[in-house]
Amino acid sequence: MTLNTPKTALLQPSRRSFWRDTRFLQALAQIIFVILVLIAGRWLVGNLLTSLDERGLDLNFSFFQRTAGFGIGEGLPFERTDTYWRAYVVGFVNSIRVIVFGLVLATVLGILTGIALLSSNWLLRNLVSAYVEVMRNTPLLVQLFFIYFGIILKLPSLQDRLTFGPFSLSNRGFYLPRAVPQEGSTLWLALTVAALVGGIILYRVLLRRRILTGVETWPGLKASLLIFGVPLLSWFLLSGSPYSIEYPELVGLRIEGGARLTPEFTGILFGLVIYTAAFIADIVRAGILAVPKGQLEAAKASGMTQAQVLRLVILPQAMRVIIPPLTNQYLNLAKNSSLAVGVGFPDLYNISSTIFNQSGQAVQVLSLMMVTYLLMSLSISAVMNALNARLKILER
Amino acid sequence: MRKLFALTGILIVAGLVLAACAPVEPEVVTVVETKEVTVIETQEVQVKVPVSFVMESARLEAVKSNGKVRCGVNSGVPGFGFLNEAGEFTGFDTDFCRALAVAIFNDPTAVEFRPLTAAERFTALQTNEVDVLIRNTTWTFSRDVELGTDFGPTTFYDGQGMMVRKDSGFTSLSDMGGATVCVLSGTTTELNLADAFSARGLTYDPLVFDKSDETAVAYDEGRCDGLTSDKSQLAGLRTTMTNPADHQILAETMSKEPLGPVWAHGDQQWGDLVSWVVNGIIIAEEKGITSSNVAEIAAGTPEDPEVARLLGLEGSFGELLGLAPDFMVNVIAAVGNYGEIYDRHLGPEGTDIPREGSFNALWKDGGLLYPPPWR
Repeated sequence: MTLNTPKTALLQPSRRSFWRDTRFLQALAQIIFVILVLIAGRWLVGNLLTSLDERGLDLNFSFFQRTAGFGIGEGLPFERTDTYWRAYVVGFVNSIRVIVFGLVLATVLGILTGIALLSSNWLLRNLVSAYVEVMRNTPLLVQLFFIYFGIILKLPSLQDRLTFGPFSLSNRGFYLPRAVPQEGSTLWLALTVAALVGGIILYRVLLRRRILTGVETWPGLKASLLIFGVPLLSWFLLSGSPYSIEYPELVGLRIEGGARLTPEFTGILFGLVIYTAAFIADIVRAGILAVPKGQLEAAKASGMTQAQVLRLVILPQAMRVIIPPLTNQYLNLAKNSSLAVGVGFPDLYNISSTIFNQSGQAVQVLSLMMVTYLLMSLSISAVMNALNARLKILER
Repeated sequence: MRKLFALTGILIVAGLVLAACAPVEPEVVTVVETKEVTVIETQEVQVKVPVSFVMESARLEAVKSNGKVRCGVNSGVPGFGFLNEAGEFTGFDTDFCRALAVAIFNDPTAVEFRPLTAAERFTALQTNEVDVLIRNTTWTFSRDVELGTDFGPTTFYDGQGMMVRKDSGFTSLSDMGGATVCVLSGTTTELNLADAFSARGLTYDPLVFDKSDETAVAYDEGRCDGLTSDKSQLAGLRTTMTNPADHQILAETMSKEPLGPVWAHGDQQWGDLVSWVVNGIIIAEEKGITSSNVAEIAAGTPEDPEVARLLGLEGSFGELLGLAPDFMVNVIAAVGNYGEIYDRHLGPEGTDIPREGSFNALWKDGGLLYPPPWR
């Protein structure tokens, strides 16, 4: 206090008494508010601790080391004898799976839909805007129930499953053949990745030379020869093929082998993607419309094709408007993934609620869950903010 | 200049907060102190003076001032707790809630039903959302000891079973290796299921939902090969299937499931009240007292001294619980004895769970219902 007085005196030479000074009163009001919040917080925490104490419970996290005793339907391998902590990790990985696939698919679908909203084709434009309006204006949980109970579970049973060659579809999931790595698969994979990286570098170098010298260097053709040629050649030249195909087969009650998309995973993923994509579509549409018309006309005048105009002129500028609200939608998708419990998918929330029920430690599990979701959201924000910053620099 | 000003502003605020914290501190401490005193008061009654039998229940006082019993129930299990088309809670469990309301207020409608999911129910007790939980809850060691809850006398002896389609060809759990099983989240059934398959060396895929009707729909649609729950609930859920005759409940029982009322740990008098209302309802059946003859018996002089004590004609049992002397007369007149409650909801007119020869018969008839004497 004493330290600050001379500075304030310098700034404010008036002689008004301090209790009539607005700035003092404002500061006082804020201080009182902070104190009230602290008292309320302390009362709430004290209340919690008292009632926990009365019932002989404590806020210790050691119960996470106890045996879970239940089973989990899908995700990382999990045994009845594993710990609660392991169950939590299984739930976390399942949530991440939904969120990562969801973000990618929702972005692709959202951008395509957003562009279609501005299409000059009457049928396409109206179909797409009907989709966007329906999705945006009905609750997500209702959509999830409809997709899961109304569509997926109404598929034929395992016995009457629909088969298309090696693929089969029933209300037990979508089964497809799976590539099983054999001896030499690592080498083949390494060669393929090297060819892909080499191909991209080659493409860039050749393209740059063509732009600089004006001599046709065939960048696309040569790069794709490299990218597809190396894996094909090495597949046949290496001893034995690097992968074998495993087909799903009906064994007793279930289909063994092959890869499987479970109804629950499909339900939550599909639900989140089509819901979030509708919002993204509107954001993309707004972003495109925000690009000045002169840019479009100038691009067309310089002889670009429709696709080039979109890819090289409109979208890069629209991205600046799109990214901040897009970040919001990404966060929504991540948080909405906790609705998976409605369709029986063992995500973080679903498994956590089982854990706190079986262990009775609701406060600890719920706070850990909040921290986990917070970290997920903050990571998404951080990535999107970095992207936003990069696009801003490119702007000028 | 502006920055400098803002900085001084922040410094002033920080200084004031620091300065202000000191005088505020004792205020906060006194708040906590008064709280502690009340806690010690009730504990003194319970712990330090146990010989004086002070029958004061803080919970009973709270319930009386609320004017109704807040009762945590199920809303989706026909026979036990079910919200019917008229918007009323009906069932075996909900009738015990009504019995408590009659015991305290002589009014069967003085109940506030709180429908709870299996996952919410213990948190609701721990946070004082409900006074008592009568929601087919299994009495287990860890729930009794670790969750801060206490269990009353068992009102229904249940066991976990498995419902399967008749055309699936399953005759026992041992046939079900690799099956997908629909199960409710946060229940003992989830753990028993894991134990049962593990004991038989079989694998299975659990499909977990947090509502009983969601598990039933997923099973009915054929997403699961089996639906597991307490047998009494399966009997009720079977009636909700598209075609009940296509399903059967396997004979095996995976677990013991004693179901009964639950309350928050810490108020023994409230627990005594709940326990003895339940015991009284069972004794009434044992003594042949029904809702139709209870007024007549209470008006006369019953020869059986236990009947006289139960109906408040002898002794001061009601007062010891903080209730009217004849509270059991009102309870029996309003909801009936155990047999009447059972027949109304679980008998042939209800979900039809056979009672004769089961654990839920009276001890005289070879069952497990053996209430302690009312004396």
